[in-house]
Parts: sequence; structure tokens; C-alpha cells
Amino acid sequence: MKKILYIALTICMPYLCIAQVTMGDVLIKNGTLLTITKGILAETDILVEKGKIKRIGKNISAPSASYKVIDAKGMFVMPGIIDAHSHIGLDVVNEATSPVTSEVNVGDGIDPFDINVYQALAGGVTVSHAMHGSANAIGGQCQTIKHRYGTYNPSDFIMEGAPRTIKFALGENPIRVHGEGSGIVPRTRMGVEQIFRTAFTEASIYKQKWEDYNTGKAKDIPEYSTRMEVLRDILDGKIIIHCHSYRADEILMLMNVLKDFNIKKICFQHVNEGFKVAPELAAFGATASVFADWWAYKMEVYYSTAYNAAILTRNGVITSINSDSGELIRHLYHEAAKTQRYGNLTDEEALKLITINPAIQLGIDGRVGSLEVGKDGDIAIFDKHPLSIYAIPQFTIVDGTVKFDRKNDKIDMRIIANPDDKVTSSFIEYHSHDDRCMEGVADFLFKVHSHK
Amino acid sequence: MKRNIYFVFALLLSMGSISGQMVSKGEGGTFVLKNATLYTITNGIKTGDILVENQKIKAIGTNLALPSGAKSIDCTGKRIYPGFIDGGTTLGLAEVSSVSVTVDHNEIGDVIPQMKALTAVNPNASAIPVTRTNGVTTVITHPTTGRFAGTAALINLHGYTPDQMYGGFSAVRMLFPSTGRFGRWDRRTDEVIKADKEKAFDLINEVWKDLTLYHRIDSVATLRKTKLSNYRPDLHTLLPVFRGTAPLLIEVNKREDIQEALGWVKKYKVKAIFTGVKEGWRVADEIAKEKIPCIVGPILDNPGRDYDAYDIVYKNPSILSKAGVLVAIRTSQNENVRNLPFNAGFAAAYGMGTEEALKAITINPAKIFGMETSYGSLEVGKWANLVICDGDPFEMKTKISHVFIKGWSVPMENRHTQLYDEFLTRSPGLEVKD
Repeated sequence: MKKILYIALTICMPYLCIAQVTMGDVLIKNGTLLTITKGILAETDILVEKGKIKRIGKNISAPSASYKVIDAKGMFVMPGIIDAHSHIGLDVVNEATSPVTSEVNVGDGIDPFDINVYQALAGGVTVSHAMHGSANAIGGQCQTIKHRYGTYNPSDFIMEGAPRTIKFALGENPIRVHGEGSGIVPRTRMGVEQIFRTAFTEASIYKQKWEDYNTGKAKDIPEYSTRMEVLRDILDGKIIIHCHSYRADEILMLMNVLKDFNIKKICFQHVNEGFKVAPELAAFGATASVFADWWAYKMEVYYSTAYNAAILTRNGVITSINSDSGELIRHLYHEAAKTQRYGNLTDEEALKLITINPAIQLGIDGRVGSLEVGKDGDIAIFDKHPLSIYAIPQFTIVDGTVKFDRKNDKIDMRIIANPDDKVTSSFIEYHSHDDRCMEGVADFLFKVHSHK
Repeated sequence: MKRNIYFVFALLLSMGSISGQMVSKGEGGTFVLKNATLYTITNGIKTGDILVENQKIKAIGTNLALPSGAKSIDCTGKRIYPGFIDGGTTLGLAEVSSVSVTVDHNEIGDVIPQMKALTAVNPNASAIPVTRTNGVTTVITHPTTGRFAGTAALINLHGYTPDQMYGGFSAVRMLFPSTGRFGRWDRRTDEVIKADKEKAFDLINEVWKDLTLYHRIDSVATLRKTKLSNYRPDLHTLLPVFRGTAPLLIEVNKREDIQEALGWVKKYKVKAIFTGVKEGWRVADEIAKEKIPCIVGPILDNPGRDYDAYDIVYKNPSILSKAGVLVAIRTSQNENVRNLPFNAGFAAAYGMGTEEALKAITINPAKIFGMETSYGSLEVGKWANLVICDGDPFEMKTKISHVFIKGWSVPMENRHTQLYDEFLTRSPGLEVKD
């Protein structure tokens, strides 16, 4: 069935590609605006025109009858939530065939029908960072997506103009997949370091060869490598590294490698022991994207603390809270609020963890992450303050288009009913932190853990 | 051989490094908790004092006198709740889930009800202090694999031996034959699932046939005061369930399976407690009609079917409760059982209301386990399992200042707070020694 669908999609592609992303007009009246960057504005209106925030102020009226008007009196209006680590909306996650697979891009495997995307919208999340898995030291390129749920066109999900990003991975996962699974380097954290050093050295040579050729210093055309092209772009600062990491030693290792190759743009993902090296992270200018409270599900997260986000924040590291899960992504506002129990972050600090900070980490803070004139009309509206357990998302808006409206939720929100859909996955034997970072690597392991 | 020695050595080393948690001692004695707002659960909300003596709630009232030697805790502006009870976890049975030598909830075998969770509870598991400081004082900890998976136990989260921790209730856990998939990674075809289910029923029928016989032999042996010639630990453990004198915890989630379980329970007159019950909302009236209590959860979970409402799992406890089912909430967790109040909070927000959701983690599980004279509310004579906090305990902002477990004031520290204390302002910071 899926095959037929893909054939149909391929045939229709020329038409689909012409399809434009809808840029909507909406006026939200009298809400309490949690702008993130400009404080809290009581009883204020916000006007979105053609997908962009046009005005923020009092007594704004709709320029025409075509504007959707939302009465947000008594409600809380905040920028759409951003998840810097997710795997929703993807058909495939891991290209686990080599310790270095920089040539692949998860953006080539977008699944616009994934119901998780709607469920994320129902949790106020408008943008997510669809990441490659953590099987390889240098994994594939990732894709920042906008949750334009409703489209048949995978390309519509791609956030146009978002910087390129790539997944790196340290520790147990690459060691298990390659060392333990295939008997090749890396089997240790020493090996992981050498994967990076070798790859970047080769990329430097590759870069030099092409520069020599392009400037006429060398006559023979060097061999072209899609893998090296991407690594060279990392050296040139054109790609932001997002590195799956847990332990302090490996985090320090990668920062040392990056210093040697003069690479600066790095966000450490998970980074459960980031709190131990917060001063080093801050000094390097690295950012951190963490879980609110996940720990102990494997050895490298045993010495964790739910106070991680607070310690990192207090030490000057730009920090976000991510989901890495189709479940947690539905309540990132709740995950962010946990930093108030574990570390006393203020409302503003807690909300930054799921808005402007992940936007900075993805290089899209000029577009999203706060309510400011000129930014994208990505907005989440809650009935109560979003850091309260009693808050329920009411509307989620992407590019000025209402994508989730709690009162008009149709229950079955699938775009297509695929007969191949798994009827249910309702039996949960042992519910631990179950995510997709290691999805698709079963063949490489004798024993597959459901853990990250 | 040499390799094996290295392996054993490595194993010992690794076990040494993950042996659990060290925190300060609990504080025992007599306490008077003064001027608190008491969320009694069973007798409304009132202002007053609680006297904790001999591990129990000795008195509740206003201006209670301070017995000599008693410690007084000023609770002005604070609330006191009974300790929260999680109806289903693996707490204490696994230290690091992915390291199999530290995992003790998954014994080999299909019919192993005699495997006792309580035996394997590690009183120093690092997750225990992490859990109780969030107000969870008592949990069911259960085995996870096998058709008859073992015997689950109610434990209090303070004590140095499993026996000290034992909460007075235990029950065999059965995983009812399932026609659902285990998760995203379960790629079995529908035919295989059907065959697996039929095989599972064959096994149960066989066990019940054996039990019928075993019951007779045992009855005769009891009458004649002789020993059984053919002792079977599995059947022996199941006898009270077979005879309807002990409850059976039945894990069942998908609608079709719940309906099948309802029929099975009726047919064999099993004293059932349903657990999981993810799709209970689909058949709430049927469950209510059979008066089967349900331990529901996790609440923070995706719908089981792509075509279901995104929030249906949040609403599940509310729908069941409104249909008349006695509902408790569980996390089904190990390291994050501390999220129980937040699971209850989501249930509260999505239809259940704060009062009912509180019951679902206090008096309701106590009732389900037949322990309502000892746990689940602020009443004189019950164990002093208490949570003192500065606001609604479902709210993340709320701070819990004291937790009492069987009269012991437990230390409000755990691995997470200890690492916070050490690393918030690290010293040395960036300085490098010569």
C-alpha cells in the first residue's frame, strides 16, 4: 500500500511541488502575551498578516473580514514551542552503515502523514528539529521542520532558510553499533575521538585539493565526495553540529577536537553530564539541549540530575529542553516547568527553554521563538499559564494558519487512512524512556534495547 | 577462560560502581506538625495540627499539646497531604535499565507467580530517594515478564531491608493475552499476533486445569494434615487466586483484550484488579458493571491508535471514574516514578478534577489493595505517610519541604539534589592547575 502511495506521490510530484505553503491572516484579541523577549503584555492583541506578525498592541482591528479572529481573553499567548531534538515526521532515522555518514540527510525522508506531528501541534509545538539517529559518530544531516500538518507534500515541512544542521553522536550508541555490533572502530570513547580527527583531517585535505584546483595550483580534478563536501562545510562554519552526548569527558573531548579544527557552532544534545562542565561549555560558546528529568535508563546517564537545565542556565549556557520522543513533544511546556521544581528557574527562564533558546540553537531565532513584529506567525494559545499543570493548549498557529483548535479537534486527525497502519500499540509492558534515536539499527546489534 | 575472568572482573567492577545511593538518615520520633492546611482526602480540607507518634497519626486537631521530647514543625502557610501511592512501578528492581545484571524484574519463565518482587527490592536503589522527595511514599513494585509474571509487592520508600519496607499487600501479576502490539518496534503480523494469543490462552487453560487438580490434592492434604507429595511452587502461589481468596493483578490494555478479560474473570470467579487499562475509556461501563477496580497509567502517553483523539489517554482516568470504576493512577516507571503527581495532574486537568485525581493516588489505591485502614488519607490510626508542601502538589512550582514515611521524616536529598549542590557553582571553575 505504501508503495502505491509513493508511486502516486511521484506521479503527482510536479503538481505537488507547485503547491505553496499557506501563509495565513489571523488576529488574536485581548490575550496575555508571553513575548519571551519583551516581557508580558496584558490584554494585548496580535495581528498576523500573510504568515508574519504585523502588529502587537491594543485595540487592533482586523483589516478585512477574511482574517480569522480569536478571542483570547483570559488566555495566555506565547510563541510556538520549538523542539531542538525530535524524530517525528520522519520515515527513517538511522543510516547506521558507517561511523561517518555525513552525506545523508533526513530531509529526504520526511513523512507528512505522521500523526505525531498533529499530536505535537496539540501540545503547542510549531517547529521541530527532525534529527538523524545516534548510531554513528558523524551521522546524517538533520532538517528543521515546520509543523505544516495537512499537506501531502513532504517539502512543505522544510523550514525554508533554516541553517543546515548535522547529527554527531558520542558514547554508548556509536560504540554499540560499530564496535560491538560490527567489530570496527569505535569500540571505545578513544575510538570515537579518532573518527572525528580522521574525518576532519581528511576534509581539510579535501578542501585544500579543491582550492588548489579551483585556483589553478593543481591541474587534475580531485575526486568528488558527497561525504567530504558536507564535512568541509562544517569546517567552513556553514553547518551547526548537534551532538548526542552524555558524559562530561566525551563532551570535553569533542570541544578539544573542534578547537583544533577551528569549528565553533555546536549544540550538545541530551548532555546529561553537561552540568559537570558547564563553565567549559559556556567558555567555548557551546549550547545545550537537555531532557527535563530523564536519567538512569542506561549507564551513561546514571550520574544525572534533573537540575541540569538550571545549572547550565545559571552558568551562562544557552539551554533548551527537548523531547526526543513522540510522547514528550506533546507537553514540552510541562517539561520546561519542571525546572521550577528542580532549580527555581523564573517563568521567563523556563519558557525560554522551549522557545527562543532552541531557536538560537537551530539558528532560526531571527524568525521564531518570540512574539515580535516581523517574526513568523507561529503561536500557541493556552487557557491557563503554560507552566501550570492545568494548562491546556487551545490553539496552535503556524504561519498565521490555525493548525490545532481544541474545540474543533475531529478526533481522527489522520490525513490518510493507511490500511497498513498498525491497529494499535496499546500494550505497554514496561514504559521507560523510549525514543527513536536508535531506530533502524536492529541489524547491527544482537540485542536491541528500547532505550536511547 | 581468561576472557571469562576478565568479564567477571569487569562485571564486579561495574557493579561496585552502581551500588546505589547514599543519603542522610531519616529522623524518627514524635512530631507535632503545627498550623497546616490538612488535605485529609476523606474528611475534606481543614486547618490544624497533626501528632505523629509511634509511626502513626496519633491525633488531628487544633492546638495540639507538644508531648515531651516531641519535635514541633511550624507548617503555617503549608499544606499536608497523605503520601502518594503509585499503583504500578518497577522501583527498586532495576538500577540501570539497560544493564541487565542490575535488572531484577524479568525472571525466566511463563508461569512464575512464585517469583517475589519484594525479595529483589534494593532498599538503596538510587531512584528511591529521588522518588520519595516528590511526595511518593508508597508504590507497588512488580515483575514484568511471563504470563504469570510473579508477585508484586506494596512497599514504602524508606527502610533498610525489604521487610522494613513491605507495605502489607502483595498479589500475583498476570499479563493477560494481548492482541495489541508492544510498540513501534513490534513488527509481528496479525496472524502471528493471533497465534501468540491462542498459545497464551492454551497455557492459561492448562494452568487452570492443573490448579483444579492441585486445589483438590491440597484440600485433601490439608484435611489429613499431610504434606503434599507433589509440591508445585507456581500452582501453590496461584491457589489463593484460584480459590478466590486473593486478588490477581491483571495487566490488560486494548479494548478487545479488556472485554475478553472481563469474560475470563467472570467465568473463573477471579478477584481481579485491572492494571494499565489504556483503552478502558472504550468499555468503561462494562468494567464498572463488573465492579473491577483499575490501576490506570501511565497517563502521559500517546493514544494506542492513530485515529484516536490526541488527549484520550489523559482523559482515560476521568472517563473510567465517572462511569463508576474505582480508579488508581500509576506511572509504570522505574527511575521517574517521581512523576506520579504530574500524571495525576494531567488526569485532573483533562476532566477528573484535582480532588478525584488526588484520590487516585491516595485513598483509591489503598482501597484497591484492601489497605484503607492503614494508608491513603489523613486519619487517626493510619501510618504517618505525609507530604508537606507550599501549594498544590500537582504544580511543578510547588516545593515539598518534608516527607514522612511511617513516621520517619526522610531526608529531602537524593542524587539529583546532591549533584545540584556540588555543581551549581563548581569549584574550581575554569582554573587549570600547573
